[in-house]
Amino acid sequence: MRNPGRVFLKHLLTWIFVLLLCIISIFPFFWMVRSSLMTKTEIFGTPMKWWPKEIQWQNYSQAMTQVPFVRYFMNSLFLVAVNIIGKLLSSSLVAFGFSRIEFRGRKIWFGIVIATMMIPWSVLLIPQFMLWNVVGLYNTYVPLTLPAFFLDGFYIFLLRQFFATLPRDYDEAAILDGASYFTIYSRIIMPLCKPALMTVCVFTFMNTWNDFIGPMIYLKDPKMSTVSLGLQMFISQYTTEWHLMMAAATVAIVPMIIMFFFAQRYFIEGMTFAGIKG
Amino acid sequence: MKNRKMTPAMRRNLAGYLFIAPALVGLLVFYAFPMLFSLGISFTDWNLRLSPNFVGGDNYKNLFQDQVYLKSIRVTFYYTLLAVPVSNVYALLMALLLNMKFKGRSVVRTIFYIPSIVPAVAAAGIWMYIFNPYNGFMNQLMQYFGWDPQMWIYSPSQVIPCIVVMAAWGAGGTAIIYLAALQGVPTVLYESVSIDGGNAVHKFFYITVPMISPIIFYNVIMGVINSMQVFTQGYIMTKGGPNNNSLFYVLLLYRRAFEQTTMGIACAMAWILFVILGVLTVLNFALSNRWVYYGGE
Repeated sequence: MRNPGRVFLKHLLTWIFVLLLCIISIFPFFWMVRSSLMTKTEIFGTPMKWWPKEIQWQNYSQAMTQVPFVRYFMNSLFLVAVNIIGKLLSSSLVAFGFSRIEFRGRKIWFGIVIATMMIPWSVLLIPQFMLWNVVGLYNTYVPLTLPAFFLDGFYIFLLRQFFATLPRDYDEAAILDGASYFTIYSRIIMPLCKPALMTVCVFTFMNTWNDFIGPMIYLKDPKMSTVSLGLQMFISQYTTEWHLMMAAATVAIVPMIIMFFFAQRYFIEGMTFAGIKG
Repeated sequence: MKNRKMTPAMRRNLAGYLFIAPALVGLLVFYAFPMLFSLGISFTDWNLRLSPNFVGGDNYKNLFQDQVYLKSIRVTFYYTLLAVPVSNVYALLMALLLNMKFKGRSVVRTIFYIPSIVPAVAAAGIWMYIFNPYNGFMNQLMQYFGWDPQMWIYSPSQVIPCIVVMAAWGAGGTAIIYLAALQGVPTVLYESVSIDGGNAVHKFFYITVPMISPIIFYNVIMGVINSMQVFTQGYIMTKGGPNNNSLFYVLLLYRRAFEQTTMGIACAMAWILFVILGVLTVLNFALSNRWVYYGGE
């Protein structure tokens, strides 16, 4: 029944669309890198050029010295590390409680914890800021790290669903052997859940690295700034220095891309989970 | 040997609450208390320095007479009404392509996904440059085709569509969710359409759309919640301009709170937004009965 001409046409159309959409996705990055390697005159010159005549690597060193990006890198990495530890610990403990222990009120509390995902961040922004301000922790890393150790509805949900798939026999056998719940958590469940825990890690990395509003409202001291915040200050200060701005943007983006290539699987799994289970 | 006195049920209850203790503390300290605190502040004139005075519902009443505030509501609704359909259709198109069998599919998936993981500040910087009226790529392109250069993000009428384009560009995450949904549609359903003589268009509207409608519904709800809270693009690229045409709700809320330190007004704004988002979500759920298909009903 298949007409070879029609099959060919279908393939051709698919390829044209794939190519077009790939160009749209990639083009802004290409344009960023291309401009980051040009001189200022080349950028403003006409006709437009697709690639610099001579590659201007010094744009990068210039951008990195005008704003202390190396320091911001370290600050961002520090925040990423602490947030990962916090989210892993708190979300896995809470998810274990909800999935492996049958205590009274479990369903109600789980419902409430899940409902926190529906609260818009912009509603919490101001009261949380006011409270950190009142307790004197403005301009410290505490507001940007401590909350990670308590509650994250999405990760709790994700880990609970994962934990629930593991057979109950493990727990029962361990309890007969006299193991405590904490031993079951740390020795049995956690080692079996590395993929789900990795998903928590990569999403926390991304959210912390990309966070801009948090650092902007809590950090006043420029030395404490993060990469996203530093890039924003750079953009507002050097408004026409596109070559330097694009170099700085490249520097901010590259760690995310590298991380993505190492952990792509966990990103895709996490996104898929968000849609299917949510 | 305290444990000997405890029944297994008591032991389970104690252990359960110990394990979920971080969430309970977090719920109280980072959610419940701040929410109530901001509700209280929304009825005062607090400015962070002087002690707050109770002003009743004045903040709410004044907001609805504030032209700038009303403008920010219009701008935000306009953006949401445009951005949610455009980015969902674009994401669905990406997903449909990824659902076809061709070589290099996983590379293409990566390419589609990457724009959604880069820092919003960096994305804003790049697009600000692309849309720059003096030497941005868009005007170079217009020039190449012999068309008139445009003001793009500096034009009152073009600024929102420009930011919508940016949103669609970053819809790769939504596309991955659609892709998973498409892969869950049983092929046997498509075959039955073929047997009945249906073509690809029939398959899409009679099989694909109803089968993935719960995911469309999920993505629309998340899209509305996120679009209503758009901030970074307005803050970095346009500063709310030109003529307040990209003064998004949260951007104005940010200014009222952190630039003018009128915390009472900002808290009132936050609570109004909370109610608006709640109503929109409930409305979405109510409408979903009409078109969302949950298997087996």
